[in-house]
Amino acid sequence: MNPFSSGTRLRDMIRAIRACKTAAEERAVVRKECAAIRAAINENDQDYRHRNLAKLMFIHMLGYPTHFGQMECLKLIASAGFPEKRIGYLGLMLLLDERQEVLMLVTNSLKQDLNHTNQYIVGLALCALGNICSAEMARDLAPEVERLLQFRDPNIRKKAALCSIRIIKKVPDLAENFINPTASLLKEKHHGVLITGVQLCTDLCKVSPEALEFFRNKCTDGLVKTLRDMVNSPYAPEYDIAGITDPFLHIRLLRLLRVLGQGDADASDSMNDILAQVATKTESNKNAGNAILYECVETIMSIEDNGGLRVLAINILGRFLSNRDNNIRYVALNMLMKAITVDTQAVQRHRATILECVKDSDASIRKRALELVYLLVNESNVKPLTKELVDYLEVSDQEFKGDLTAKICSIVSKFSPEKIWYIDQMLKVLSEAGNFVKDEVWHALVVVISNASDLHGYTVRALYRAFQTSAEQECLVRVAVWCIGEYGDLLVNNVGMLDIEDPITVTESDAVDVIEIAIKSHTSDLTTKAMAFVALLKLSSRFPSCSERIKDIIVHYKGSLVLELQQRAIEFNSIIMKHQNIRSALVERMPVLDEATFIGKRAGSIPATVSTPTAGSINMPNGIAKPSAAPLVDLLDLSSDDAPAPSSSGGDFLQDLLGVDLLSSSKTSGVNAVSQNGTDALLDLLSIGSPPVQSSPSAHDILSASQDNKTSVSPLDGLSSPSYPNQSTSAGVTPVMDLLGGFAADPPKPEDNGSAYPSLVAFESSSLKIVFNFSKPPGNPQTTLVQAEFTNLSSDNYTDFVFQAAVPKFLQLHLDPASSNTLPASGNGVVTQSLKVTNSQHGKKSLVMRIRIAYKINNKDVLEEGQVNNFPRGL
Amino acid sequence: MIRFILLQNRQGKTRLAKYYVPLEDSEKHKVEYEVHRLVVNRDPKFTNFVEFRTHKVIYRRYAGLFFSLCVDITDNELAYLECIHLFVEILDHFFSNVCELDLVFNFHKVYLILDEFILAGELQETSKKAIIERMGELEKLE
Repeated sequence: MNPFSSGTRLRDMIRAIRACKTAAEERAVVRKECAAIRAAINENDQDYRHRNLAKLMFIHMLGYPTHFGQMECLKLIASAGFPEKRIGYLGLMLLLDERQEVLMLVTNSLKQDLNHTNQYIVGLALCALGNICSAEMARDLAPEVERLLQFRDPNIRKKAALCSIRIIKKVPDLAENFINPTASLLKEKHHGVLITGVQLCTDLCKVSPEALEFFRNKCTDGLVKTLRDMVNSPYAPEYDIAGITDPFLHIRLLRLLRVLGQGDADASDSMNDILAQVATKTESNKNAGNAILYECVETIMSIEDNGGLRVLAINILGRFLSNRDNNIRYVALNMLMKAITVDTQAVQRHRATILECVKDSDASIRKRALELVYLLVNESNVKPLTKELVDYLEVSDQEFKGDLTAKICSIVSKFSPEKIWYIDQMLKVLSEAGNFVKDEVWHALVVVISNASDLHGYTVRALYRAFQTSAEQECLVRVAVWCIGEYGDLLVNNVGMLDIEDPITVTESDAVDVIEIAIKSHTSDLTTKAMAFVALLKLSSRFPSCSERIKDIIVHYKGSLVLELQQRAIEFNSIIMKHQNIRSALVERMPVLDEATFIGKRAGSIPATVSTPTAGSINMPNGIAKPSAAPLVDLLDLSSDDAPAPSSSGGDFLQDLLGVDLLSSSKTSGVNAVSQNGTDALLDLLSIGSPPVQSSPSAHDILSASQDNKTSVSPLDGLSSPSYPNQSTSAGVTPVMDLLGGFAADPPKPEDNGSAYPSLVAFESSSLKIVFNFSKPPGNPQTTLVQAEFTNLSSDNYTDFVFQAAVPKFLQLHLDPASSNTLPASGNGVVTQSLKVTNSQHGKKSLVMRIRIAYKINNKDVLEEGQVNNFPRGL
Repeated sequence: MIRFILLQNRQGKTRLAKYYVPLEDSEKHKVEYEVHRLVVNRDPKFTNFVEFRTHKVIYRRYAGLFFSLCVDITDNELAYLECIHLFVEILDHFFSNVCELDLVFNFHKVYLILDEFILAGELQETSKKAIIERMGELEKLE
């Protein structure tokens, strides 16, 4: 005999493990035991097999791997004696679950045991089947279980009933086989069989509409009678809990009645009396009684409407809500959430109590109560409720602040009656819990502020005050920095003072202090700092007296290790140093942000960016001529944490401007700057998108063009003179372009006026030829009129002919509709279309254009693309 | 429906774990650890209910032992609380004044009692007497 396997008894092993002082000792003991058990398994030791498996189960419970014992379970189950089988089945349920392949091997043993003459062995098999059966086993063994539902011993019947629940959950198709045997279980007197029968019936109704219909028609009255008998039964010591006979059965019956009554007026009607009796007669001083009342209320709320009963139910919940026991209050809150859809007014009456529950020390209650309050808010009570919640925000636990702020923000934005109230509440939330506020929340706030032009002054002053006390709240700082950058002048001059405000005196330097603190604070993240830079740039223009100081702050960051900050510092410094003349225009106040677009964008619908000329005259998609809304919203789209995001934020706007700005600086910086122009144009072209651009030739073209034009650039020198037209105020990005256009417009070049240019073959393939004819409107050298002529060189007619063109950012393009969208075959007719191109870099850059032609030949789509680089110089 | 039943002491040692839904062993250990963390530090005045992932745990403490049931979110919390108490009474009766050590050394019997009380995640028998009698019959077969 194996020296190990005789080894220790189970009790001794447990003792040895308990005696271990350290985890390492325990592991050593377990390892030794496992080794002995493995050895015994290998020797196929019969005598101690069930003891070894018992040990393994204990070891498994401690968290050690025991998969090597799985086959031992099967061997034990296959053995003849009850003790062996018992341990075998126990091991099967603990060490295996329905997903193991091994389980397939046990189906046959289970089948034999379900048909065993010993009812205790049948009981073991049913228990194992109920706890771990898989869908395959359910199919194989369902007939046995069905038969056992009528077994003479009630212990087997109730086990079979619960087994059936597992079977129909695994294989709903089998449900109909169980309907009839279940109906007879419902007539049983034995509580164990009855409660399992009721549960089986409930689950059958859930998986099968036919079963629901059957039980509703055949069994509702019987179940009502059973419940009535239960309620009126005399004292039964065996089932008594706190003076109530079998509250568990009460609850199961009420739950089944709920399933039967839901959506059926007749069934609901037949159970009204007994529900009223349960609701009024049940003792509510003990947990068991309250459990029944709770179930009863839920049934009343779910079945078809009966006004009187619902009043009764809501009153019970009211009593629950004022109970001292937290458990009872918890379930009351839970149920009120369901009741709110049935009777809002009744729930509203308990608002004050519910609000108190939000402040409970127990997180479970708080969470329920907060969700309930959220559902209770409407236009009429939003102000007092929000005030309560905001006040509570100050004292709430840190871990609850996230949930609470999210709910407050959602309530405030959903129901706010007026903008000033919205702004006030949001500022309070930001001051208290700015670190918990999600990005879209403060983005939305900025949009609202931007739209409330009469409140700009008020808001920026309120933010300034809030910043003094709550500078550690990141989101507050961001909003404050943004507003001070935009509306700093209103802050200093107390513009737009409301009656409710206390006057404050803020100097220009105080305002700059705020931004400086935000930049220098260690808690500020990159987004905040980047926003602060933009604000500084804006203030440098608004507060000339602080310009020097702002320059110093910015210069300090020219060596920043953070690329984004360094870049901004260098670029902004260059604006302040070299481009005084355009700075004020660059840092114009942001145009009003479009609320509708912002909301739409948040909802995920991004405005379409591709436009086609077929619809008539639409400016082409280079981002400049688009209506202002969409690109401006992008400015706010600071997709939070990731580093590159800020550059697409406020910077997006500015960088566009800066790109333009660099161009105008070329007048001072010779060839380098010019070649920069070239790449810039290239980038612009790339940004138009679609298939990769054949970049290098075009870049050279542009480059050479600009170099050639260098002589003609010289008149631009005059531009830096203060005489430049200061017509920059209106909205959008366009005015800035106009502004720059204004530069070039100043020195008109005589050669441009009305002179003729040679025609150009813009595109030629075997099937299609496009010729451009040029003309200049007198007095406007920037603009070129292009007459495009399309000729069909093939022998098929082209239908649905569409010509599209795209230009880099320094150009503006206007397409008129084509003369026809059908192009006759073999050059038998010409379609024309006129284009108007405005070159804002006139004299420095040549025109360049990408074109795309789409048409159909015999209903087959054809697409051709090309790039036109060889425009005559000087256009 | 009951998803799982855990019996743990204050240190987090599992004394009984019965799962009515299939879980990987590693997942079981995680669940046991998380449930213990959730219930062990709660104030006795607090509710006996904690939300746990998409379900809720109904727990009750008896001396140093926590009895936790994980049930569906729509289930009747108060009823399951009563259910825990009934189970403890049965154990108490069976072991006559049950203590943690009884459960450790006789863990297989505790599983046996549980299998007579709850099956397939549903209540099987509500009479303490019936279960004790049934256990007596089973003991005789050993």
